[in-house]
Amino acid sequence: MSIAIPADLEKEIDKRITHYPVSKRSAVLPVLHALQHHFGFIDEDAVEWTAAKLELEPIKVLEVVTFYPGFRQSAPGKYHIRVCRTLSCAMAGSYELMESICEKADIDRSGVTHHDPIAVSKDGKFSIEFAECLASCGTGPVCLVQDDFHEAVKDVDGLLAQYK
Amino acid sequence: MSEEKSDLIDVQIDGEWHKFPKGTRMIEACKEAGVEVPHYCYHPKLTSPGNCRMCLVEMGMPPRPRPGDDPAEPDEDGHLPIGWMPRPVIACANTIAPNMGIRTTGPLTEECRRGVMEFLLANHPLDCPICDQAGECSLQEFSVEHGKGESRFREQKVKKPKNVDIGPRIRLDDERCIMCSRCIRFTDEIADDPVLGFTDRGSHTTLAVHPGHELANNYSLNTVDICPVGALTSNDFRFQMRVWFMKEVNTIDPNCGTGCNIVVHSRQDEIYRITPRENNDVNSAWIPDSHRLNYHWINSELRLTDPLIKDGKSHRQTSWEDAIELSASKLSGLKGSEIAIVASARMTNEELFMVRRLATHLDAGYVDIVPRMEKSDGYLISADRNPNTTGAKLILGLEDPGSKLGKIKDAIIKDEVKALLVLQENLIDDADFAAEDFSSLEFLLTSYPMANPTAEAADVVLPGACWAEKSGTMLNVTGRLQRLNQAIDGPGQTMQSWEIIRDLIQNTGGGNGIYSTQDLFNLLTSEIPDFVGVTWDQIGDLGMQLVDTGETIPLLEKERQRIAKGLIVG
Repeated sequence: MSIAIPADLEKEIDKRITHYPVSKRSAVLPVLHALQHHFGFIDEDAVEWTAAKLELEPIKVLEVVTFYPGFRQSAPGKYHIRVCRTLSCAMAGSYELMESICEKADIDRSGVTHHDPIAVSKDGKFSIEFAECLASCGTGPVCLVQDDFHEAVKDVDGLLAQYK
Repeated sequence: MSEEKSDLIDVQIDGEWHKFPKGTRMIEACKEAGVEVPHYCYHPKLTSPGNCRMCLVEMGMPPRPRPGDDPAEPDEDGHLPIGWMPRPVIACANTIAPNMGIRTTGPLTEECRRGVMEFLLANHPLDCPICDQAGECSLQEFSVEHGKGESRFREQKVKKPKNVDIGPRIRLDDERCIMCSRCIRFTDEIADDPVLGFTDRGSHTTLAVHPGHELANNYSLNTVDICPVGALTSNDFRFQMRVWFMKEVNTIDPNCGTGCNIVVHSRQDEIYRITPRENNDVNSAWIPDSHRLNYHWINSELRLTDPLIKDGKSHRQTSWEDAIELSASKLSGLKGSEIAIVASARMTNEELFMVRRLATHLDAGYVDIVPRMEKSDGYLISADRNPNTTGAKLILGLEDPGSKLGKIKDAIIKDEVKALLVLQENLIDDADFAAEDFSSLEFLLTSYPMANPTAEAADVVLPGACWAEKSGTMLNVTGRLQRLNQAIDGPGQTMQSWEIIRDLIQNTGGGNGIYSTQDLFNLLTSEIPDFVGVTWDQIGDLGMQLVDTGETIPLLEKERQRIAKGLIVG
């Protein structure tokens, strides 16, 4: 295991664990959130570290990481984009939006699989993945860039230009 | 049923009323009533997650009267009319209630089962012809009974990992897995080695071990037994034999004093696999891998197949008559005090009874066995690695088994003991003896299943049958009397120890009159105080507590705690 956890992050994690006095296992999600927030993704070392911290077998942590699409197992770009592909957005052109962003940001999605849904641009600036409903079905297609919500996206150049 | 009458609850199953103890699971009540409820995830020894949905049944309770209405009148047997619920319930995780009705047949249940089967088969590969589970696969069986016979699924099946090496003894085919999670619960709850889990839950749910970890605990192969499909297969057994070709014999495991109940699967006198057999007083439903896999030597090249006598420096084959006659003539010239017998606690009670007769007949100076005390594993493996030490103590009257071996060695060196009979043991490898220790003996006889260094030094070497090749009874560490049943015939001219000893007694001027292990059992149960009055039928398939040694089996103690907490049915 070779993961360096800063002291203040570990302090925060220790605090979160105390919220679950009955079973440390219940703290898996809050700990993973803290780790992803800090590192941007949860790699093998982070899984092992979490398991050791919560006195679990690593597989019990991996189960959680692989269940939630919100947890990333590989590094995203500087800006992470999530394009909604649920019905309304799909009908409003989310697949075209995805293609357009990939073309303009130089992202190759050919290697994307069910297990590894994230593609990163060559310069590492953008990463992208499909997401399920982002709760704005009337204004599709929609996407999230980091935590910014963009509705009825038509101008991809303008969208990308907002992120330097 | 021994419960108080007041604890019994009336439940109607498929139109007939039965009584069951309070707290009984619906599925167990149905089982007791002789009604099969198909299921995959439910296992009485594990917690019930209720995830496979195969055990859905119709359930009903007496309807609550509307305000102002009179309650319904019970019929002449005291049963109230049942109002059936419009939706099915799972039978595995729900308990019975007074006056409950359960319907396991009818359009609703049938439709549920058909639906569940269709979902399970949507992504299941149709590779039964090359699948080891075929013939003992719950998916196959329930598909025939409750499925549709053809698939409506025209889409692409989900691709998952195949032929995954998840541990030293087990291989995983994730496409065959139906996600019942029995194996995960077994490793979590019984083996205390929670290395299995589901990753990518959803349409790609995948059973997995963590990268770099493996399912390697000494109970791992039990997951193969409880896997209802062919997802987990044993490296030892896969592709070896179709299950319907094998003969199954209920017997007991001889690798330690626990005496795990097992089934030996064989074909044409060759053992192909060993599986545990449920016995709640011995091994629950499990067996350690190390015991299960310790059978390959039985069919090995190293088996002794013919009687041998020493001819100069080597041995030559001979007939049983010659070998026994030679042994008898050597023994006849000696005083009893010059003869020592080392028998084995791997022998059955019947064989030990013959050892006792032989010792009395020859008036032997020493009788002992080879002890095998190691450490218990805290689950099923007893500290005593002999299967029948308890029997040997009772029948041979040994207080401290093995304590006389040193004296026998000294007596041989001092020339006080001139003949040594080593029955079903190998003193050089398994006790503190060396080949030189035997050099001053006038006569050394051994019987053993395998070629071994003690036999190398012996004047007469007799091929003895191994545990799978004989019948009889053994007493486990707790004092439970259990049946050992013959599964296969021994190779070549091997003989069972009781036959060898009978012939020795006969040729040294003793009596005869024993023709079968049944005769022996009758003699044993009329002559040995602790055994008096026991009948063969009384022992049955699950054994009987004959004496109480005060020993316990750790795994059973843990299981009883889980039952008491209501976690499992048991």
